[in-house]
Amino acid sequence: MLEARDLSIGYGTTVVGTRLSLVARPGDVVCLLGPNGCGKTTLFRTILGLLPALAGSVMLGGKPIAQQRRAEIARRIAYVPQAHAPPFPFEALDVVLMGRTARLGLFGQPGARDRAAARHAMARLGIADLAHRDYSRLSGGQRQLVLIARALVQEAALIVMDEPTASLDFGNRAQVLAQIAGLTRDTGAAGCGVILSTHDPDQAFALDARVLLMKDGRPHAEGPADTVLTARNLSAVYGIPVTVETTRGGRKVCLPSLDLQSAPTMTSDALTMA
Amino acid sequence: MGRGTTADVTAPRPAPTLAGWLTLGLAALSIGALMVGPYGLTPGEVVAALVGRGDPQAAVVVWNIRLPRVGAALLVGAALAAAGASYQALFRNPLVSPDILGVSAGAGLGAVAGIFLSLPVAAIQLSAFAGGMAAVAVVAFVASLVRNTDRTLTLVLIGVVIGALAGAATSLLKVMADPYDQLPAITFWLLGSLAAVTSGDILPALPAVAAGLVPLALLRWRINVLSLGDEEASALGVEAARTRFLVIVAATLITASVTALAGVVGWVGLVIPHIARMLVGPGFGRLLPASALIGAGYLLVVDTLARTMAQIEVPLGILTAVIGAPFFVWLLARGRRGWS
Repeated sequence: MLEARDLSIGYGTTVVGTRLSLVARPGDVVCLLGPNGCGKTTLFRTILGLLPALAGSVMLGGKPIAQQRRAEIARRIAYVPQAHAPPFPFEALDVVLMGRTARLGLFGQPGARDRAAARHAMARLGIADLAHRDYSRLSGGQRQLVLIARALVQEAALIVMDEPTASLDFGNRAQVLAQIAGLTRDTGAAGCGVILSTHDPDQAFALDARVLLMKDGRPHAEGPADTVLTARNLSAVYGIPVTVETTRGGRKVCLPSLDLQSAPTMTSDALTMA
Repeated sequence: MGRGTTADVTAPRPAPTLAGWLTLGLAALSIGALMVGPYGLTPGEVVAALVGRGDPQAAVVVWNIRLPRVGAALLVGAALAAAGASYQALFRNPLVSPDILGVSAGAGLGAVAGIFLSLPVAAIQLSAFAGGMAAVAVVAFVASLVRNTDRTLTLVLIGVVIGALAGAATSLLKVMADPYDQLPAITFWLLGSLAAVTSGDILPALPAVAAGLVPLALLRWRINVLSLGDEEASALGVEAARTRFLVIVAATLITASVTALAGVVGWVGLVIPHIARMLVGPGFGRLLPASALIGAGYLLVVDTLARTMAQIEVPLGILTAVIGAPFFVWLLARGRRGWS
């Protein structure tokens, strides 16, 4: 499990966030919400041990993360970055296999069992047919699923996903979200937890997640989606009037005001993805 | 491209057979290279000389004159292409060549200083080797002093800076050098040549190249992962900084060793890994041997041309540039596909 207490995060002398705490156990879905630049990615880099915490502690598996080797961390917590194009045309299966690295020796090569695990993970996400396709030429949604498969074969108890649906079109967004939802349901018993950031509060409702709502590098509210994602909280954090409504099907959706007088403080998500 | 787009799950990996064909082709090229020269030989005469029979004069030509040169061309080509493939994976950029961190500029300065001081050949080679290693060591040290989150970019930029400095020092020595005796030697060295190579020169380079290739071969999977970038490689369990350091040391050792032997031979380490990637895909476990084999064959052909196409020796760097530049333009014209 991950236990981050009273963190100050940032780069060198630049403090990006303070007083942040985050606990994630296997089976949890934790959703980070907040405007661009509020420190979500920096927080992720810190809890992944890629960036030292300026203050506070990050405990992973009961041990300070700063005292663990990279392979040890990678066996406990997996990372799904935003879909990107690599410089070389690896096969999708090779990209998934890279998730096995932490379970190989320094000079080790993935073997038949690793390949089987990779194929299994791809099949589970419904992308088995992509195995021998050139990863650099897949669509954004397909790449995102390949990266999630890579995190699955890492066999870590926790998976961190940095805006897994950003830059995806409407259909791919729904598809990736459905897979994440399926993942947390499937692995609830097996003990896998997901920490993800998103710009879409509806997703937190859809995933029935625990929410950490951030503003300016500080926690604004924390708790179940139903109690945290209120019109009042969302309006305060995003600086625009927001209403939360329940659809006839029983799903909650958040509707921002499109009235320009309310002067949004942040640029559109489509323009910047911090 | 290559196998990357074939969707057949059960298709056998083509690498082993391809490696066999490449090795066979290399052997044929070597025999061909041993045949041509002022004293022409037939394939039969070459093989007879190699197994210690036939005409004694042919044996002298093959063993004493042509074999050291053929061996050196194979070694230098294989080494530069292998180092190029490593640097390209490490710097996540298919347009990178082995001199990205200033190894060629440093080796050039070392050799030019040796020639300027009228040192013996062995000392010039040692000085070139030391210059190449020192340049990269300085780059790594200066880069470690710079606070920047993008370590790779920092290394490349410092490499450019140190390379330019070494180039300036080399130019200064050229201005000060004796224009009748030293300057032609300097110019020739900076363009690369195997004209003066002897078996005694190859022997020290061999173990150095091997010592560099072994860690690269052992780390082949981690080098794949590193090509995703530091952040992702770390999240996947790779000690990125340490592994990168190892790869840089190994690839630099290889490059500096053969640069000391052959002078500055450009383009091989840039172009050959592309060809290899087209044949076997980007996986470093196959890319490394494929690059080495193709690089060896390529430089053998180029060096054979260099010694036979004209009355005088043509510097290798000129030929590799004349062949490499249009090829590279062709790659660019094909767009991103060409990088695969």
